Amino acid sequence: MRIPISALIGMVFTGAFFLAAIFAPLVAPYGMAEIVGGVWDPASSAHWFGTDAIGRDLLSRMIYGGQTTIFVASAATILSFTLGSVLGFSAAVAGGWVDQGLSRMVDLMMAIPSLILALVILSVLPVTLTVLIVVMGLLDATRVFRLARAVAVDITVMDYVEAARLRGEGWAWIIFREILPNALSPLVAELGLRFIFAVLFISTLSFLGLGVQPPLADWGGIVKENASGLVYGIPAALIPAFAIAALAISVNLVADWVLSRTTSLKGGRG
Amino acid sequence: MSDALLQIRNLRIEATSYPPGEAPRDVVLVDDVSVSVEKGKVLGLIGESGAGKSTIGLSSMAYGRGGVRLTGGTITLNGRDIRLADARALRALRGREVTYVAQSAAAAFNPAIKLMDQVIETCLAHDVMGRAEAEARAVMLFARLGLPEPERFGQRYPHQVSGGQLQRAMTAMALCPKPDLVIFDEPTTALDVTTQIEVLAAIKEAIRDTGVAALYITHDLAVVAQVADDILVLRHGKRIEYGATEQIITAPKEAYTKALVSVRSIEHVEKPDAPAVLEIQSVTARYKGTNFDVLKAITLDLPAGQTLAVVGESGSGKSTLARVITGLLPPAQGRIRFAGRDLAPDLAARTRDDLREVQMIYQMADTAMNPRQTVGTIIGRPLEFYFGLKGEAKRKRIQDLLEQIEMGKGFIDRYPAELSGGQKQRVCIARALAAKPKLIICDEVTSALDPLVADGILKLLLALQAAEGVAYLFITHDLATVRAIADRIAVMYRGEVRRYGTKTDVLTPPFDDYTELLLSSVPEMKMGWLEGVLDSRKMEAAGN
Amino acid sequence: MHPVLTLVVQRVALGLLLLLAVSAVIFLGVAALPGDTAQAILGQSATPQALANLRAEMGLDQPPLTRYFQWLGGVLTGDLGTSISNGTDIASAIGQRLGNTLFLAAWAAVISVPLAILLGLVAARYNGRWPDKLISGATLSAISLPEFVVGYLVLYFLAVKWQLFPSVAMVFPGMGMMDRLNAVILPVIVLVLVVLAHMMRMTRAAILNVMQSAYIETAELKGLSPMQVIWRHAFPNAIAPVVNVVMLNLAYLVVGVVVVEVVFVYPGMGQYLVDHVAKRDLPVVQAVGLIFAAVYIGLNILADVISILANPRLRHPK
Repeated sequence: MRIPISALIGMVFTGAFFLAAIFAPLVAPYGMAEIVGGVWDPASSAHWFGTDAIGRDLLSRMIYGGQTTIFVASAATILSFTLGSVLGFSAAVAGGWVDQGLSRMVDLMMAIPSLILALVILSVLPVTLTVLIVVMGLLDATRVFRLARAVAVDITVMDYVEAARLRGEGWAWIIFREILPNALSPLVAELGLRFIFAVLFISTLSFLGLGVQPPLADWGGIVKENASGLVYGIPAALIPAFAIAALAISVNLVADWVLSRTTSLKGGRG
Repeated sequence: MSDALLQIRNLRIEATSYPPGEAPRDVVLVDDVSVSVEKGKVLGLIGESGAGKSTIGLSSMAYGRGGVRLTGGTITLNGRDIRLADARALRALRGREVTYVAQSAAAAFNPAIKLMDQVIETCLAHDVMGRAEAEARAVMLFARLGLPEPERFGQRYPHQVSGGQLQRAMTAMALCPKPDLVIFDEPTTALDVTTQIEVLAAIKEAIRDTGVAALYITHDLAVVAQVADDILVLRHGKRIEYGATEQIITAPKEAYTKALVSVRSIEHVEKPDAPAVLEIQSVTARYKGTNFDVLKAITLDLPAGQTLAVVGESGSGKSTLARVITGLLPPAQGRIRFAGRDLAPDLAARTRDDLREVQMIYQMADTAMNPRQTVGTIIGRPLEFYFGLKGEAKRKRIQDLLEQIEMGKGFIDRYPAELSGGQKQRVCIARALAAKPKLIICDEVTSALDPLVADGILKLLLALQAAEGVAYLFITHDLATVRAIADRIAVMYRGEVRRYGTKTDVLTPPFDDYTELLLSSVPEMKMGWLEGVLDSRKMEAAGN
Repeated sequence: MHPVLTLVVQRVALGLLLLLAVSAVIFLGVAALPGDTAQAILGQSATPQALANLRAEMGLDQPPLTRYFQWLGGVLTGDLGTSISNGTDIASAIGQRLGNTLFLAAWAAVISVPLAILLGLVAARYNGRWPDKLISGATLSAISLPEFVVGYLVLYFLAVKWQLFPSVAMVFPGMGMMDRLNAVILPVIVLVLVVLAHMMRMTRAAILNVMQSAYIETAELKGLSPMQVIWRHAFPNAIAPVVNVVMLNLAYLVVGVVVVEVVFVYPGMGQYLVDHVAKRDLPVVQAVGLIFAAVYIGLNILADVISILANPRLRHPK
């Protein structure tokens, strides 16, 4: 199997980001909240990215921030994915009022822009990591639901599913043996896109000051902390901004490749 | 043939294929084909899917569909080679000297523009004539092609008229700018058989009256025999045989052509009466949320080990009948008796034996098999599910079944995507057979296949019936298939059984009007058949 | 009644119903969440008596459904309630800001829509060749950037490094039109960049979809010139999908504007919303949230209505 160069680059960078996040304490040269220098010291051999608005090592803060961003985004994605695909498949296979009820509820949630709905909810609930993950996961589950349902509906009208029903097969066989193997590739590609969306979403919330709360860092928060330097020509805030973009583009490249392979339906041996 | 209108010599056509996950590669679609059309003559291009017939047809406009490249040979139209002509020269000849009639007129008309504007567009774009003259000509053509209200027909939008009418309108569009050559690309294939004959007759008459030359592309030799002067038989992009129509259908030289000519000649003698395995008793059915009976009091018997062919055009309710028997659509009234017992109306209430003994084979083998399962899993599942077979015993039985459907044991680990169309349908037959059924419902199982492949499937089904004693309920729109396989026939029209009985009874006059129309509309493999039918229909109309 | 009109009326009615349901979600859904406005105002140290007094004063002791209908009645008559944090009337506080936000969004729309359609056409025309690849690549990067990142990149380079435009978008009543435009130029650029990518990508897809239809081949085989094919045959069928794309992306502007206003400290609705979320000022958040949702739903209805109107099958029934 040939992996295109763009997908390879995407995989390498995605892997690097995740590894750095998992082993943050080992990789980071300084502590997350440790003040080690002056305000916005320029890059040097001691501080590769310089220091931040109150003299913390920016590289270390970036690595710990990446850990928070990636953790929150991953958790929210897993939640949205599990919830969305289970409900989406159930709606497609069960049909009738189950489908109607779930679909109309999702329509309603999607009638409000996610960011606005999130802001409304966060104005009431305490802003903790758990709350953020649950709110993001629930809001994003609506999109996964739509996709999973659409994919499953396309498959349930196939003659081979009808053949299985005529044979007398139970729900378990139909969902796990007939539908799931054929729905997997589009869903995996979607997993990547949902993860990117989660990264952008948590970064935006933190940037607005309504996401991850200090002293904990995440990339959106680091942008916010250093944004005031930009006006004086200090580009510290752009470093986490680039990190967000790099992560998103890397995952996007991998997802694009997975998606382009879904047109091939040749079974497992490919 | 020096005054040939179109002369194609040693034509070679290539395309690049992009298999997912692999490097792109060039494939040859048409290889070393030579043919010519003289003024006012009709050339038939015939072959299976993938034979390159449409590709050759479009090459006479120097057009390559979807990245197809004309890489060799010459295409001489009106005395000049157009294969490498520039875009401006091609625009000047397309729609002026050569026009095109597509298979699906419904897709080929622009949904946003009135028919008249589309029909006369070529005349105006090429300055053939003014708007008033073009409109008058279009109305004349509408009338000649038998379209209703020719004066007002052009004011409608494409979605407001029927499929058969659109096909005729497309013919009018092709003839309007007075071209030298028209390419008809399977113009009647998508139509019901009773509509096909009308459109075919209209096209033939229009060709004769306007004196235009034509390329007529089809997969149906009997159809092309009605309109063509010469026939070119193609297979896998290569020329098999080229000659006068008379010679091709009465004295074919090549084995492949002979097979095509004799494709509908399976002799099947109907079996003597036997006790019924399936009795359908005054069944009425409708779909949820509609107030229209798709089936109206249907009563039919199918003797054990025999074949009941249910014939009808689209909308006749024949596929709904299959859904009722399998329990997917519980009937509103009536009952179904099977092997001496009542079948529960709803699928969910049926016993495992009920399910096992009624099996189904579908029209599209592609969608009837899970693309992620191997042939072994597909055939093995009923064995495991109904008989609890496992391991070596199951594998042995799968291999036996593969032998029975005349495929090798080696296919057991293949995926459906690696099989040809005919092989896929055979695997579906094996899956049905694996359940040891008393009845198999065959829903248009041969209509998506090329004629020779379909012939093989029919022969296989007959052999399996002789060996296993299984009964078939054979749903089809194709009367030739019915003759080849049926013991009994039911003719359906708009949800009713119009005629029912043994094959001999149903196919012997006197007929009811609809059966008469249906039977006389099936093209026969002889020249002059079309005129014969039309003349006898005219005489009848005059006599009444 | 003409069937198209029936469909349009149905669609609009459905949209209004949806808006009503959304208002219930924003009010009742939030009321069902754990959290207490009175507690939020008075803090953890408040006495039970003080809490009870405040609740009674704010009407919080009434059942949620009663409060919802009171609120809804107010909204329909233009009374959006009063802010908890500073006691001002929300409707009058919003007035000025709504105008500012619409000013910003309108300029972004005026610039991005023609640009996106043009670039989408170019990408579709050169499908698979370098202009398409260039545009697709740029689109991928733009989609991967959150709005605030685009905002700071633009601010850092255009305002700070090259000093082309002012870095803070100050607008105030009585400001002249040219000054006002000069002030919003950076936020407009950012918003344009943010919606352009999506709009372009979807326009390209919509046009390619039309260009692959069989009737386009028919037109080509009639010997029409490429311009005639596009203008007479592709364009009438592409209007509906493209307009749909445009509307959906203008709805997307609604979200973008919130973040961009914060980046450039622009006195609009987004800034107002974010400030009051932090202050946990629920009445303000609910009022502003409802307005954003209404704009979003309105644009979606408009997109559907235009699709209905542009469909020849519906316009000319059998």
